[in-house]
Amino acid sequence: MSKHLTDFILHLADSTLILGQRNGEWCGHGPVLEQDIAITNITLDLIGQARSLYQYAAKLINEVSKLSESEVPPAEGFKAASEDTLAYLRTEREFKNFLLVEQPNSDWGQTILRQFLFSTWQYYLYQQLKEKGSDTTLAAIAEKSLKEISYHVRWSGEWVIRLGDGTAESKKRMAHAIQELWPYTGELFLPAPYEKVAEVDFDKLKPAWFKKVSDVFNEATLLVPQHVYMHTGGKTGTHTEHLGYMLAELQYMQRSFPGCEW
Amino acid sequence: MNTILIRKFFYGDIPDETGGGELPQTPSKEAGKEWPLWEVLIRSKQGLDHKHAGSLHAADAKMAIENARDVYTRRMEGVSIWVVESKYIHATNPDESGELFEPAEDKIYRHPTFYELPDEVNKM
Repeated sequence: MSKHLTDFILHLADSTLILGQRNGEWCGHGPVLEQDIAITNITLDLIGQARSLYQYAAKLINEVSKLSESEVPPAEGFKAASEDTLAYLRTEREFKNFLLVEQPNSDWGQTILRQFLFSTWQYYLYQQLKEKGSDTTLAAIAEKSLKEISYHVRWSGEWVIRLGDGTAESKKRMAHAIQELWPYTGELFLPAPYEKVAEVDFDKLKPAWFKKVSDVFNEATLLVPQHVYMHTGGKTGTHTEHLGYMLAELQYMQRSFPGCEW
Repeated sequence: MNTILIRKFFYGDIPDETGGGELPQTPSKEAGKEWPLWEVLIRSKQGLDHKHAGSLHAADAKMAIENARDVYTRRMEGVSIWVVESKYIHATNPDESGELFEPAEDKIYRHPTFYELPDEVNKM
């Protein structure tokens, strides 16, 4: 029961952290100064959200491990879980993020499309977590994050419209980005075993997401793909080859110099 | 003549041709593609005036407001944003500043410093 809840929170945290890490690669490379700042602002929002979720997951993990301490003595070098150990000391197979967020950056259009698809999913899911409120900590994190997410949806949605309904070149690039990323959107609505405990209502989540995305695509004169093969596995730890490289960079310092601080 | 172009990419580096930005072109072409300049005015608190904060580039008013939000209000500087395209602002010519502003210099009687203020009136 509790393990499932922890896994669900880690899934939310990992998806947010990994997208933040991907967006962070734009820092200093944005198409114009203003957009460089905008995408890195969003990155900081995402990493902030990931921190709240990791802190909560760490708290739950430590509560469980204290209960079992009397029976099994903790392994040597055992350290209490923290936001840092969860982000820096788990392996690729332990990460539960969507495949969507680990895909490498190509052009600006692909980056903002990925942000739009993800933020829209986040928006409707967090609404559910906030309204259900059965887990007060999760509901509070959702409520706080929703203010940021609403802006991310608006910002990225307007970019999708601007580029889709822009020049021939920008439209071509957006169509290409949709073709590239759409096969990773099926996973957003494929329940993982640990999600039963979170009572996510996928029957409501998917149509809400699809309507928002279709509305924006229509305004952007872009087509919604039909009958696409969907890649899955990220939520349960089977990732594309890209995540390993990301974690190598993300975790390098803690792996090389355990416990280092600055 | 064959030209071989060798490009080296580093991990996490985004090549220019896919980075969203336009490739460097001739200066004249580039100038035509620049987004227009916008002036940004921010109100820091309810009840205060909007003050000029700076300028930025944006394709349209919506983008200008979002850019202003990201560039100028990241540290809680504002509660309201105005943007106006810079081309709509008409300015005085610095060459004419003599005739425009200097005549005011020796007319100190225009400052309300000759009134005695009651003590109850602070902050004037």
